[in-house]
Amino acid sequence: MPDSIPANSVGLVSPQTLHIETPITLECGQALPAYDLVFETHGKLNQSTSNAILICHALSGDHHVAGYHAMEDKKPGWWDNVIGPGKAIDTNHFFVVCLNNLGGCNGSTGPTSINPDTNTPYGPDFPIVTVNDWVKSQAILADNLNIQQWAAVVGGSLGGMQAMQWAISLPERLKHVLIIAAAPKLSAQNIAFNEVARTAIKADPEFHEGYYASHDTLPRKGLGLARMLGHITYLSDEAMGEKFGRELRHDSINYGFDVEFQIESYLRYQSESFAEQFDANTYLLMTKALDYFDPASAFEGDFAQAVSKIQAKCLVISFTTDWRFSPERSQEIVNALLSENKEVTYAEIEATQGHDAFLLPISRYHDIFTAYMKKVASEVIPS
Amino acid sequence: MSLRPDLQIIFDWIPAGAHILDLGSGDGTLLAALQQHDVTGYGLEIDNSQIAHCIESGINVIQADLDQGLPQFADQSFDYVILSQTLQAVKRPDFLLDEIIRVGKQAIIGFPNFGHWQCRLQLVFGGHMPISRTLPNRWYDSANIHLCTIKDFENLCTDKQVHIQQRCIVDHAHQDSLGIKIAPNLFGEIALYQIKKSD
Repeated sequence: MPDSIPANSVGLVSPQTLHIETPITLECGQALPAYDLVFETHGKLNQSTSNAILICHALSGDHHVAGYHAMEDKKPGWWDNVIGPGKAIDTNHFFVVCLNNLGGCNGSTGPTSINPDTNTPYGPDFPIVTVNDWVKSQAILADNLNIQQWAAVVGGSLGGMQAMQWAISLPERLKHVLIIAAAPKLSAQNIAFNEVARTAIKADPEFHEGYYASHDTLPRKGLGLARMLGHITYLSDEAMGEKFGRELRHDSINYGFDVEFQIESYLRYQSESFAEQFDANTYLLMTKALDYFDPASAFEGDFAQAVSKIQAKCLVISFTTDWRFSPERSQEIVNALLSENKEVTYAEIEATQGHDAFLLPISRYHDIFTAYMKKVASEVIPS
Repeated sequence: MSLRPDLQIIFDWIPAGAHILDLGSGDGTLLAALQQHDVTGYGLEIDNSQIAHCIESGINVIQADLDQGLPQFADQSFDYVILSQTLQAVKRPDFLLDEIIRVGKQAIIGFPNFGHWQCRLQLVFGGHMPISRTLPNRWYDSANIHLCTIKDFENLCTDKQVHIQQRCIVDHAHQDSLGIKIAPNLFGEIALYQIKKSD
């Protein structure tokens, strides 16, 4: 709980809900007759609506990107260190929008929502959603907020992929795109990790083919295991070593299978708390959206052709010890943009924290982020 | 805006509207100045801490290591490729030169002349690696691992069949002198060349 709200925080915020009655047809062919999008906004939309920034969240993120929902909150929103007055995305200048993606489990319509056909939660019957579907629904939110063109669409990891898809699919609707710790598509290894996570969830006896809600239970073990695995891929060997090393919880080893090393304890705690908060069916959907992401597929596999559609100026950022989406993957994006003569800046941040670095307040990263957003502000905000 | 003298010489050689690649762009000063003349292009810079400065200068910059070559760029995709004061700091200057003339229709290359009389005197009579105004570091902490003379560079160009279109040899204050005109490799401290692949 914050004793008082820090001066550079957006402060207390309340999520809003946009209810859409117009059906949306998803890429998989199924349609949702009606749906909710839950979102948060920070800062003020200016009169010319030129200062709006869309933040796209990653796999387990949500709309709560900055500030606090209540004074009792232990932590602020997930990207509070970049969004706020005087921060990289300065809410004195920008109007920031972040929504919970369709298929999510924090308010927007997803597997935990009630299926109007059955009056029970969708559960595993919720249709597969893709990055394209998210961009489509985010554009509907933009229309409803009267935002014709974003000053920038920003995201890290799976969020960076959405930002990239925005720039490709709706090129005239954004002036800048910030693609952080992302990749043009998943590698076989990335998909393999996702499949292990899904297998862990589905193998949990409490999963009940996804209908765990009607059995009044949760696949805590499976989802927890999936999260443990994910967590390992978000950190670097170096970061784990620095943080935990081989430190023991107690003074000596016990020659048993209980938690002994601090890293074991950390992973267990992370997985157990995650399994209480996050929906397993949503986790399955999100990993599928990642696996399917491949903007080149609409252009006969030619990624350069896909990025040739981009009109936005691009900032691509990677982190040296990120092995989930390594700097080489970001360079693939940059090289495609260069081959099409697009406006692009690329930075490879030296950081020990692995993939997680994109969420952390690393000064060199934030200096670049801040410098870029100042440039965006100077271009889009009338003086 | 006043440019560093060597950058001013390069600036004057680039025609308005050209598409350029500035290798080792530093804080982006040169490209930012050129953009005022409708020049477009990218800076390449290895130093992470310079990227924010480049963004503030308003240029597009790509963080990259020149020792990896320029594989991200297609053949002849720039009107000019610029390499100022960096040739002597790469692992294989000859490979980089190949890459430069591959991606650039023309190139501008500047380097400190190791054949300058002060360098020669320090080596011959002092018996130690030269330290000068243009080469201020000691042998062990210098980034300059492949120092060359004007003669060395021109020999490399000959070997590579690179055509020298113009050159500018100056002292540390970027001034020309009679001595430099008569014996450039002895009196020149900084050399700048405009080159292209021989037809």
